[in-house]
Amino acid sequence: MPSPLDTTQRSATISVLVDNEAGVLARVIGLFSGRGYNIDSLTVAPVADGGNLSRINVVTSGTEMVIEQIKAQLDRLVPVHRVADLTLEGPHIAREMALIKVAGVDNDRAEALRLADAFRARVVDATTESFVFEMTGSTEKLDAFVELMRPLGLAEVSRTGVAAMARGTRSI
Amino acid sequence: MSQKTANSPAAADPSHTEAPQAGAEVLLRALKDQGVEVIFGYPGGAVLPIYDAIFNQNAIRHVLVRHEQAAVHAAEGYARSTGKVGVVLVTSGPGATNAVTGLLDALMDSVPLVCLTGQVPTHLIGNDAFQEADTTGITRPATKHNYLVKRADDLARVVHDAFYVARSGRPGPVVIDLPKDILIGKAPYVAPPTGAHRSYRPQTQPDAGQIARAVALLKSAKRPVIYTGGGVINAGPEAAEALVAFVRKTGFPCTSTLMGLGAYPSNDPQFLGMLGMHGTYEANLVMHGCDVMLNVGARFDDRVTGRLNAFSPDSRKIHIDIDPSSINKNVPVEVPVVADAGLALRALLAAWDADATVPDRPALSEWWKQIDAWRGIECLRFTQDMAKGAIIRPQHAIQRLYDITREGGRETFITTEVGQHQMWAAQYFRFDRPNHWMTSGGLGTMGYGLPAAMGVQIAHPDALVIDIAGEASILMNIQEMATLAQYRLPVKLFILNNQYMGMVRQWQELLHGGRYSESYSAALPDFVKLADAFHGKGLRAESVDQLDDVIREMLATDGPVIADIAVDPKENCFPMIPSGAAHNEMILGAEHGGNLRDGGAASLTDEGLVLV
Ligand SMILES: Cc1ncc(C[n+]2csc(CCOP(=O)(O)OP(=O)(O)O)c2C)c(N)n1
Ligand SMILES: [Mg+2]
Repeated sequence: MPSPLDTTQRSATISVLVDNEAGVLARVIGLFSGRGYNIDSLTVAPVADGGNLSRINVVTSGTEMVIEQIKAQLDRLVPVHRVADLTLEGPHIAREMALIKVAGVDNDRAEALRLADAFRARVVDATTESFVFEMTGSTEKLDAFVELMRPLGLAEVSRTGVAAMARGTRSI
Repeated sequence: MSQKTANSPAAADPSHTEAPQAGAEVLLRALKDQGVEVIFGYPGGAVLPIYDAIFNQNAIRHVLVRHEQAAVHAAEGYARSTGKVGVVLVTSGPGATNAVTGLLDALMDSVPLVCLTGQVPTHLIGNDAFQEADTTGITRPATKHNYLVKRADDLARVVHDAFYVARSGRPGPVVIDLPKDILIGKAPYVAPPTGAHRSYRPQTQPDAGQIARAVALLKSAKRPVIYTGGGVINAGPEAAEALVAFVRKTGFPCTSTLMGLGAYPSNDPQFLGMLGMHGTYEANLVMHGCDVMLNVGARFDDRVTGRLNAFSPDSRKIHIDIDPSSINKNVPVEVPVVADAGLALRALLAAWDADATVPDRPALSEWWKQIDAWRGIECLRFTQDMAKGAIIRPQHAIQRLYDITREGGRETFITTEVGQHQMWAAQYFRFDRPNHWMTSGGLGTMGYGLPAAMGVQIAHPDALVIDIAGEASILMNIQEMATLAQYRLPVKLFILNNQYMGMVRQWQELLHGGRYSESYSAALPDFVKLADAFHGKGLRAESVDQLDDVIREMLATDGPVIADIAVDPKENCFPMIPSGAAHNEMILGAEHGGNLRDGGAASLTDEGLVLV
């Protein structure tokens, strides 16, 4: 039984299997905004049943009691088939992809390229004054790379948000 | 209702293989297959095809209201007094937006409704067309679920789905937005599905392990309480029967929320009365002092818990609810039971017998001794000056209304508006059956009572239906007097006229230094003439000697009546737990020396002041 006195915040990666129908994303987002829950990241795409089912991955944070509420509230939406708290249910993988544009010359440019190599970021576009790196990894890894690029001429970042699933044979 | 032409497509019963019909016809056929008998509605351009289809049949009756909000409340009254799904039909744009308050009211109080809204044709959606509104967008947080039918192929399936969703699990309102081209164009019919729903399958059977844990906890109790709510009413009359059986078997005290009144007979000695902000002294102190609490179908609402961190501090709690999101939302519980209230109560009854442990009877009788001492305070006691010409106390008016209706012995349904009169009705009218008490609890919607009474009367034409009203609230849907007249609905409006928005005045007196800002009901209409203008009968009682006669005349009158009862404008509703206070910080009335709370004054904190 979660205690309301426990104010410890935790992050939760929640996957939700939903009918792929108009308005379903609005229902999920409306639930979060209407009840004052946090959305740290959100992704959605059709994944199964000939495109009739979509998977929403949402990273949220709150106290244990709030996260339990979020899951129960999601689960009672009519087009929701399944809600899984990946953080709670065991080891899982969470990845996102980012495109990172760095505009710089001389040393900065060389340094950016070196760091990209160390982080296994790929160069997907280059001009004499810029690079666009493509990078996949955990949120933390992407954050770290973006921070390193900041003094080297970071111009623009576009991120996908988190896709996640449980390790091993277990599935949603 | 008058007989109409019988040669219409819907009047015949076509087989399942006939050529597609117009969408509006398909819609009506789906409604009929869902057992719909009555629709509360108001026409407009976008729904004209449906009105055309209604004109051509006589299986479904349409009740024409005078405002779309009233259509929804009427459907709520119909649904809550019958256990069926209420049906509403409104046009696009302003028709739909007028319905929103009613939809949210039904959502908060878990009332099953299907609301059909007209919409501009699909090719105009998003164009700011005449009377276009983003109805699914606007109603998303005000409904349990909603649909926009964009393809004729989906129409019949969506209607069946909507009824299933509205009545299953925790019931609620569902909107179906119907573009006009879908209603006019041909659509195929499909029968209601028989299999399980693809995604929405709420759990109704309790987990046997949790039931066993619940019984073990209950048997170990020294100071137990059973706290019940609207979920017991929603689970049907059998659930109320099971509740009565369980309370009697255990010998435990039982209290109820505003929404649950009637599930357990109010006059029974094991009943402590309503709990919460205006609940009884004994009910709230039992909640505060209990060691084991069984919550059946209530949701630990803030009107009930008072200050959360002081709520029932020493109890171990069991919570039965059909909605998992209600469990551990405000108050953490030790034994959660996700189930239909009736099924869970029956499982508890069986498990109680199967468990050999003997409850602690001596402790229980000590508990009852304590309860009787609290009862001895008689927190609802009041004295009415019976001298000729004396001013009527509102509590006395309700008490007499109850006594006199009981003498008559007719089946009686009570609805209310919102305010002090609502709380006095809950305190002084007594209910011994479920589904006979209809009030706006969660949303607290002034203007609910008259249209709700209308819906109740449509469903129960021979019963006595009374709206206990305030003079301010009643004006919020007074236009429905015309509906009463048109359909000869003999609803009685019993107005406790204190010339104030009394509940607002009370808060201003207690919390805002007696600055009665804008709470006086100036320029009130003459309610007797108003009744007359709407083809009803108007009566007035100005002093206590006139009260009984007015009530008797009201009850003896066949048609609609407005009884304008002039009551003491200064009266406050007690007991009261101010917002943000604990259950043991109750304010009692002047009869009990005013601020009585274990001897001291209730603490009205700054924290409490921000609460509603
Ligand atoms: C639609 C709506 N607007 C405002 C309120 C706030 N409110 C609650 S009670 C009340 C006063 C009701 O006055 P009246 O109907 O005369 O009842 P009384 O309290 O005097 O018995 C008001 C304004 C409300 N509940 N609903
Ligand atoms: Mg009033």
